[in-house]
Amino acid sequence: MVMSKFSKNGKKGMPAISTASLPDIVFMLLFFFMVTTVMRETTLFVNVVTPKATEIKKLEKKSLVSYIYIGPPIKRMQASFGTAARIQLNDSFASVDEIQEFIASEQEARDEKEIPYMTTSIKADESVKMGIITDVKQELRKANSLKINYSTRKGDWDY
Amino acid sequence: MASKRRGLPEINAGSMADIAFLLLIFFLVTTTMDQDTGISRKLPPMPEEEQEKPPEIKAKNIYVVLINSKNELLVEGEWTQISELKDGAKKFINNNGVDPSSSDSPQKAIISLQNDRGTKYMTYIQVQNELAAAYNELRNEAALSKFGERYADLNKKEKKEIRKLYPQKISEAEPKNIGGNE
Repeated sequence: MVMSKFSKNGKKGMPAISTASLPDIVFMLLFFFMVTTVMRETTLFVNVVTPKATEIKKLEKKSLVSYIYIGPPIKRMQASFGTAARIQLNDSFASVDEIQEFIASEQEARDEKEIPYMTTSIKADESVKMGIITDVKQELRKANSLKINYSTRKGDWDY
Repeated sequence: MASKRRGLPEINAGSMADIAFLLLIFFLVTTTMDQDTGISRKLPPMPEEEQEKPPEIKAKNIYVVLINSKNELLVEGEWTQISELKDGAKKFINNNGVDPSSSDSPQKAIISLQNDRGTKYMTYIQVQNELAAAYNELRNEAALSKFGERYADLNKKEKKEIRKLYPQKISEAEPKNIGGNE
């Protein structure tokens, strides 16, 4: 009898956990993610596995970086675009001649003072041939956008 | 006045957590966290119409690195593995006139890189990486002996001094298309 009384009391008397601080916790997480991440700027239509390298630097000032993606189209796009490596600017495939236009529009969107600090990040798949990369570099020279960055992963390779 | 205030009903904050969760999930989906890293290079400006003749450079001050369409390396006329490239480049840059057929000084040493249109991008990056590693190691050694610190830990002025000792001169020639690739 005593036992049952105890257990009954215990169950009934269990206080509900207060959830009043739950919003605060979630907001804290939210702010953490807002500060540490950046908006995803494009949907990729090309497969890009960047090569590995050891002598790498972090890309600073992401707002001043324009991206050029080069690689074979993703599976879903292969039916219409084939498997040969292609260039992607913003949200669509592009040809080499469109790069100058792309750079010009990127420069227009920024403050005039910031233009000399703008960097073009070449995100190319490791299987891509140098021909297409050279064409892109040549176009960048024509557009007078000389700071480039070959996007790489950190890591060693096997010789 | 006071009694009126007291009479106001409290706003129910029970759904606050749901709203915050919604926002959190939105940001989790639309943002990325990956740090962008890479090898930074500066392209040469387009040649102008009437260009002055570039100053002559002695052939011994140029370290020629060629990559063919089969991703093989020819360094100074010799077939080389990528793994040997860094030490070779370091030796060439830091020759200081010891070997009469190699560079006069690190300031005069130039690495000339030429690839084929059929070269794989990965190989090209590996070569760029090895050459950068050669310079970084030399700068590190100079920084350690001069300031007793690693190059990365030096302040701006000291870094500039080391960079002056070992300027990174990597020249890229227009690629050839010997392999017959598109």
